[in-house]
Amino acid sequence: MSVQDELKTVPPAKLLIEGVSKSFVTRSGTVCALDHISLQINEGDFVCLVGPSGCGKSTLLNIIAGLEIPDEGRTLMDGKPVTQPGRDRMVMFQEPALFPWLDVLGNVLFGLRLKPNLNDKERREVARFYLRLVGLEDFAHSNIHELSGGMKQRAALARSLAPNPRVLLMDEPFAALDALTREQLYGDIQRIWAERAKTIVFVTHNVREAACLGNRVILFSPHPGRVREEFHIDLPHPRDINSVELAKHASRITRALRGYVDAPETELGAE
Amino acid sequence: MKRLLSSAVFFAALLLAWHCLALAKIWSPVLLPDPLSVWDYFRSAALDGTLLDATLVTLRRLLSGYGIALLLGIPVGMLTARFRFMEDTAGVLALGLQTLPSVCWVPLALVWFGQTEGAMLFVVVMGSLWSVIISTDNGIRNVPPIFARAARTMGAKQFYTWTRVILPASAPFVVSGMKQGWAFAWRSLMAAEIFVTILTGFGLGQLLDFGRNLHAMDQVIAVMFVIVLIGLLVDKILFSPIEHFLHRRWGTGRA
Repeated sequence: MSVQDELKTVPPAKLLIEGVSKSFVTRSGTVCALDHISLQINEGDFVCLVGPSGCGKSTLLNIIAGLEIPDEGRTLMDGKPVTQPGRDRMVMFQEPALFPWLDVLGNVLFGLRLKPNLNDKERREVARFYLRLVGLEDFAHSNIHELSGGMKQRAALARSLAPNPRVLLMDEPFAALDALTREQLYGDIQRIWAERAKTIVFVTHNVREAACLGNRVILFSPHPGRVREEFHIDLPHPRDINSVELAKHASRITRALRGYVDAPETELGAE
Repeated sequence: MKRLLSSAVFFAALLLAWHCLALAKIWSPVLLPDPLSVWDYFRSAALDGTLLDATLVTLRRLLSGYGIALLLGIPVGMLTARFRFMEDTAGVLALGLQTLPSVCWVPLALVWFGQTEGAMLFVVVMGSLWSVIISTDNGIRNVPPIFARAARTMGAKQFYTWTRVILPASAPFVVSGMKQGWAFAWRSLMAAEIFVTILTGFGLGQLLDFGRNLHAMDQVIAVMFVIVLIGLLVDKILFSPIEHFLHRRWGTGRA
């Protein structure tokens, strides 16, 4: 509720991306992954960055995370330039990146141990709270390899949420999961976004997924990576990926995307 | 149970074959003693403390040499994995010297240190150090980079990332390197003890060599059994629990 209220008033810019460019040197030459991208992401936004592979959307996410430094331009978080990773911006990767030498609880505690002003008991309480939130409270002492793909991503989500970041950066986190698991997680992430009042930047190449989750869908085109168009999806959350309303939005975005790139349909994830 | 039984039958048959061969007297009993006389030697040497003393001397040398190899090898392996300069220098040195059989260090050790404990220590360290360096290096290179990235996003700095992420992540490799290093240390110490006769301690290798000089093959074979036994015990007591834990956590192999 508080998120919806906040969205009605004009919120201050949370993330400001100003003229960011980034190139990579590969064997076949220099690839311009991002070409002067400017973007404003507000408090409580659920922004989906959509585009075919090679459009630099993951690079942009890494720059916001502070894992990569742009060649040009800068990123501001609450007016302060981003120079390195920080607990206010947690990242969730496509692979869960959970640590196999720790159990599930140990993984969630990892980020919390680096957070000052908490004693051990409080850390455990916080970790358990987030395990409950993602529905893994009974698996606190499971080993990572014992979890299914969906449970692993849930554990990774709990680990990212535990230090209570204000911004959650998600890089195709559900791409490797089967459709049913994915649909459950769509529900979970929408619920958590609303309950915990997060700002989420979500990278995907699946248009339908973007339309289901985001209140803003930003379209990228590749070579060089540019922002092409922005769509506002004003359907109420939580949304069902299979709803007809949503399909309309998705096909509108897919049409626009086809106009910018001649990528095969499968790659656009128009399933 | 069935597997235990087949092992037991196999070794009983082996002992029996040995016993029959000795009874047949194809070779002189000096060359091929009966298993019973080996057992007799073993019992008397165990009772009068000879074996225990020799084992303690050997283990003391082994643990100090192996300890030094670990203390040097793990940090150096971390450095060669991290810095190109260290990889091109210490890394190449380790790769080269690892191919050298450890007994080849004995002549040098004798000239440098004389017949002293130092010579023993030197051979053991040289025997095991290089493989510890190489497998630590290898383990660290095999850590998925995403682990370090994930740790960075959670606010981990360089030192924390190394101690809490990269080292534990490379544990399966490091432990197998430690195990290999142990095997090399054990082999090189036996070589050193057979070749370097010193008066400051009488180890198992020397007991073995002493048996050869006396033409007491029952002694030689009994000491060989003790050496095998110690190798097995160390594996079961020291490495098995660690490996079992790693297998369970990582979900690899058996268990």
